[in-house]
Amino acid sequence: MCLGIPGKVIELYETNGMKMAKIDFGGVVKEACMEYLPEVKIGDYTIIHVGFGLSILDEKEAFETMELLKQVDAMGEEE
Amino acid sequence: MPMKYIEEYRDAELTRKLLDDLAATITRPWTLMEVCGGQTHSIIKSGLDRMLPPQINLIHGPGCPVCVTPLELVDKAIALASRPDVIFTSYGDMLRVPGSERDLFSAKAAGGDVRIVYSPLDALEIAKNNPDRTVVFFAIGFETTAPANAMAVVQAKAQNIKNFAVLVSHVTVPAAIKALMDSPDMQVDGFLAAGHVCTVMGYWEYEPLAEKYKIPIVVTGFEPIDLLNGILRAVQELEAGRSGVTNAYARAVSHDGNKPAQAIIQRVFEMTDRAWRGIGVIPMSGYRLREEFAPFDAEKRFPEIGSIETHESPLCISGLVLQGRKKPVECPAFGKECTPQTPLGATMVSSEGACAAYYNYGRYEKVNHD
Repeated sequence: MCLGIPGKVIELYETNGMKMAKIDFGGVVKEACMEYLPEVKIGDYTIIHVGFGLSILDEKEAFETMELLKQVDAMGEEE
Repeated sequence: MPMKYIEEYRDAELTRKLLDDLAATITRPWTLMEVCGGQTHSIIKSGLDRMLPPQINLIHGPGCPVCVTPLELVDKAIALASRPDVIFTSYGDMLRVPGSERDLFSAKAAGGDVRIVYSPLDALEIAKNNPDRTVVFFAIGFETTAPANAMAVVQAKAQNIKNFAVLVSHVTVPAAIKALMDSPDMQVDGFLAAGHVCTVMGYWEYEPLAEKYKIPIVVTGFEPIDLLNGILRAVQELEAGRSGVTNAYARAVSHDGNKPAQAIIQRVFEMTDRAWRGIGVIPMSGYRLREEFAPFDAEKRFPEIGSIETHESPLCISGLVLQGRKKPVECPAFGKECTPQTPLGATMVSSEGACAAYYNYGRYEKVNHD
């Protein structure tokens, strides 16, 4: 239930006054509610839980974490 | 097609390197609890539990929403599902959870109209399409499902869908961490906080807990690299004698969390004492509907389900498993009387339950961490 999966926003529209989106999960497309992500854009990756987008994945933070992890490792190898 | 934000967090080479770094950092045994059952499954499924340095003892926490939903509410759900005037809707995981006498699947087999929904908004659609019956949604979970469940209630009110009600069983993670740390003889050196709960709530709530109990709390994601990163950060903090909150899942979690989602939780719910299955009542540990939304409260709409006598299986130790006091394999019934096909407790049912993870991925023997 807490295992949200990242998917890509491919379409944005409105239903019953709610901001909705089509989300592409690696080829499987599902609908999700975007009411909690007012700033979401087409092309963003979001984590979806029980049909609701709760977080937009931050590409810069993702890159920095990866770089840091590889670095930590490089230091390990030097020892 | 490779899935962005997934594949790179399962990279074998980086996994090996992080394991080496962990081995080079650790000097003594540490016990870490991953709060979230989704993380438990990821750890066991990926085999991380077998690759970590032997000094790390990972214990599994209470973060399985299906597992901690109290028996009384499961029995109430079954009573509602058995009524001809009710369509009972639920997340799929809940259907095999044992009640005192039977589960929701049995209620369905006996003629109850029980439907699995992916989102609470689907339950709302069913209500619109069936105006002659009451559609009850089993609104369970931690802070991750709360914004979705709250939205369904807000929408029911806004769209004047009167035949919709929710059976609420909402719990929160900080209350569980506090209860665990306050319980006598609890030996946890640090926590991996549930990354997806933090997408909603942020991690500011954990800062006073880390300070009070002098422990590191590391916000952690769900892929193997995320989990290793979380464990490594926790061990680095412990080895350096530091406490505090660290965010090892920064691509998804911010300090403040999702403000619009927090606002709707605040609008619809208020804090209340909640019973946790296998653990007992934890003060101010969950949500109930605010008075404004009382017409959508299934317990108020069907007061006749109010007093139900419950009884647990005497063999099941799921309460101890949920508190990290026992590993699933230490249960005499594990894999014998109790399997995912014939579960005695909810921890053997759920895709977030520790017993189901151990059973499904072949952890049949106790590993000695001494």
